[in-house]
Amino acid sequence: MDFLSDPVFLARMQFAFTAMYHFLLVPISIGLGLIVAIYETRAYRSGKEEDAAASRFWIKIFTATFALGVATGITMEFSFGTNWADYSRFVGDIFGAPLAAEALLAFFLESTFLGVLLFGRNHVSKRFYLISAWLVFFGSALSALWIIIANSWMQTPGGAELSASGTQAVLTNFFAAAFNPSTLTRYSHVICAVLIMGAFGTMAVAAWYMHKKDHEKFALRAMKIGSVVATISCAAMLVTAHSSAVVVSEEQPTKFAMMEGMYESEVPPLYAFGWVDEESQEVLAPFAIPGGTSFLANGTWDTEYDGLNALSNTEQYGAIDPEDAPVNLVFQSYHLMVAMFGLMALTLLLALIFTFKGGSIKRMKWLQWIIIISPLFAVLAIQSGWATAEFGRQPWVVYPSVTGPEGVSLLTADGVSLAVSGPELIITLTLFALVYLVLFIAWARIVSRFIKQGPVEPVADKVAGAQTSFMAEPAKPEKAEGAAGSDDATSSKEGE
Amino acid sequence: MDITILQGLWFFLIAVLIAVYFMLDGFDLGIGVLYPILGMNEQEKAVLRRSVGPVWDGNEVWLLTAGGALFAAFPLAYATTFSGFYLAVMLVLFGLIVRAVSLEYRSHDNSWRGLWDWCFCIGSLLPALLFGVAIGCIYEGIPMTANGDYSGVPLLGLITPFTLLCGVMGLVLCLTQGLAWECAKAPLGSDLYKRCTKLRPIFQIVSLVVFIVLTIVALTVVQPQMHDALGWVRIVLAVLVGLLLLVSLFAGAQKKDTLCVVVQCAAIFMFIMLFATSMFPNLVVASPDSVGGTITAMNAASSELTLTWMTGITCVGLPLVLLYHVLIYRAFRGRVDVNDLNY
Repeated sequence: MDFLSDPVFLARMQFAFTAMYHFLLVPISIGLGLIVAIYETRAYRSGKEEDAAASRFWIKIFTATFALGVATGITMEFSFGTNWADYSRFVGDIFGAPLAAEALLAFFLESTFLGVLLFGRNHVSKRFYLISAWLVFFGSALSALWIIIANSWMQTPGGAELSASGTQAVLTNFFAAAFNPSTLTRYSHVICAVLIMGAFGTMAVAAWYMHKKDHEKFALRAMKIGSVVATISCAAMLVTAHSSAVVVSEEQPTKFAMMEGMYESEVPPLYAFGWVDEESQEVLAPFAIPGGTSFLANGTWDTEYDGLNALSNTEQYGAIDPEDAPVNLVFQSYHLMVAMFGLMALTLLLALIFTFKGGSIKRMKWLQWIIIISPLFAVLAIQSGWATAEFGRQPWVVYPSVTGPEGVSLLTADGVSLAVSGPELIITLTLFALVYLVLFIAWARIVSRFIKQGPVEPVADKVAGAQTSFMAEPAKPEKAEGAAGSDDATSSKEGE
Repeated sequence: MDITILQGLWFFLIAVLIAVYFMLDGFDLGIGVLYPILGMNEQEKAVLRRSVGPVWDGNEVWLLTAGGALFAAFPLAYATTFSGFYLAVMLVLFGLIVRAVSLEYRSHDNSWRGLWDWCFCIGSLLPALLFGVAIGCIYEGIPMTANGDYSGVPLLGLITPFTLLCGVMGLVLCLTQGLAWECAKAPLGSDLYKRCTKLRPIFQIVSLVVFIVLTIVALTVVQPQMHDALGWVRIVLAVLVGLLLLVSLFAGAQKKDTLCVVVQCAAIFMFIMLFATSMFPNLVVASPDSVGGTITAMNAASSELTLTWMTGITCVGLPLVLLYHVLIYRAFRGRVDVNDLNY
């Protein structure tokens, strides 16, 4: 098994695994972040205990997911240096700044106000608590912006030039680098995706309670809120998905060719699904709309686009080998993403009709089941979308885009850490697999426990030191008044 | 090659980020390591976790910021250290991951609490010990290829008597910091409080002793090329660290728990500054047998344009970060209330 001693393959495996795992959690937590903020706003306005309980319920699921997202995010931040040292040397002048900015401007915001969300109900005012909920959501969306800036620069570099020594990409224009040709379309695409994820997660929990005939009032409301957020974000998704694809067709010809399985130059048709026979270099599909993809990419039915064979003969894209390119993989992930979006749109339509038309969804078992599994559609769409984006730009890690600065590109194989050997990578890959598996089980246990507990209102008065089951040794209620708060005002100004 | 103002500024800014990280995360790492010893029952364990609960995540962001800033300002140093110390960095990483999750999940998953307790302890021990080792390595010198890749034995090659001493220094400072923090957070008069006040002076004295030994070794045995102009600054800083450690010992003895934390923070800050001035302008020292040369603030730096933008971003971001810290440390000031342990 040659590939087990190939550091490039192993490093790519490790990055793919840790990044995809991380991005399983991030969309749920950013998406639920909005749901939390909406519920907290409701609770703040109405002042009703049932709304507060609903908000607490979402905060618990949100924070359990967020914690794992943050923890696995540290891996990503370290990975450029640990596994991709030569990549870091090449792009450091441009790529490091957004990562530093992400930590400084977004991570501090998130982590601070998450602390308030977790522990602050009795420590800060209601208004401060509400603002914290919105700031956590805002911070996580801001952190996504910085990371998408960094990733988009790798797809469509801008604002840079090759250094005189030829070993580094050097910044020439900050704005042109940050807002390169694909940043805004890809960022809006990702934001729509994570909001859809959160909305379908919300709807699935609601459908589960409907199925269990439990917390029915909460369930109907959650279904309404979830489906409204899903409708808005799915509608926006149509726009952002389209504009992202247009940018790919303009800037990343080899990725575009792989997405539609084009070896020879042609007017690309539109396939709903199909199979790329990489041997014969043909797409096997039962039906296709002639010129459909051309129409979607530029509005005309008859524009010819370059195929991989033609592109591999150009100077710019000469590094790609059509025989070796993961064409079917990119084709399948792209079409899977689109198909999953179709399924979600259909699910959403049904959910909308039967939720807002007298709430008859409460009795429709089959629809409830579809909605319960619908978060999987979103997960698959998101993961396959990233697979399209990242496999599609191979064999480059910094892609030589059409309008990109000359010479600013790097092959993936030239980006790895030469100091890290195959055996070391196998050790860490195994550890990642083990640790991440345990953490996933832990996450699933806790979230399913929260769902089982449901949005319950606290039974006893908080001040009386009510201890729920997980505290093995209850505190003594008599001490409640004396020990609280002001016993030691002098020792209170630690830290900054 | 002369050093530019921005290169010098970013050298010390990164030192400041590391210092603040060490200072703040020091107390939650320390509490994590001592958790099995200090927490005798469920309630004490809950108090220990709660005393760092609202702030540990923000503390850890200082590390991410330092890492990001090193990448942005000195990409060559970032690439060399993170890939060169690969297995050590991965151990730190796994430690940080499992402790982060354990802190959030422990109170919600009763049947796995044994596992989470161990994750919190081991997950804190690994970073607390290994950061010092890494700092010792870049000070003592490592072998590198012409490309700047570490060329020594993975992991074991990084461990020398000196780097181990540095690791112990880091660990001991974290433990002392953790004890000082817990003395300021544990309910007054509780068993936990008494246990912490008993242990605190012991670790304070140990820190002082290890610091003196380390300083002597660093000055006599491991002598890198140091910047002449900073010679007297180093001496002032070294004396200051020693004095601050002494002051914190007296503050602790007089039961001035908050003052003790503050003084210890200052000592740790000065200690990292002492390290930075001893390194300046080197980022990663090459050992005598190294093919590649020493990585410095001059030859590893990003372009002046990037450093200018980074400085601008910092001017916007840092005041906000300080504001967040004031808000959160104020909101959760005072001792942990045992009646407030649920959420």
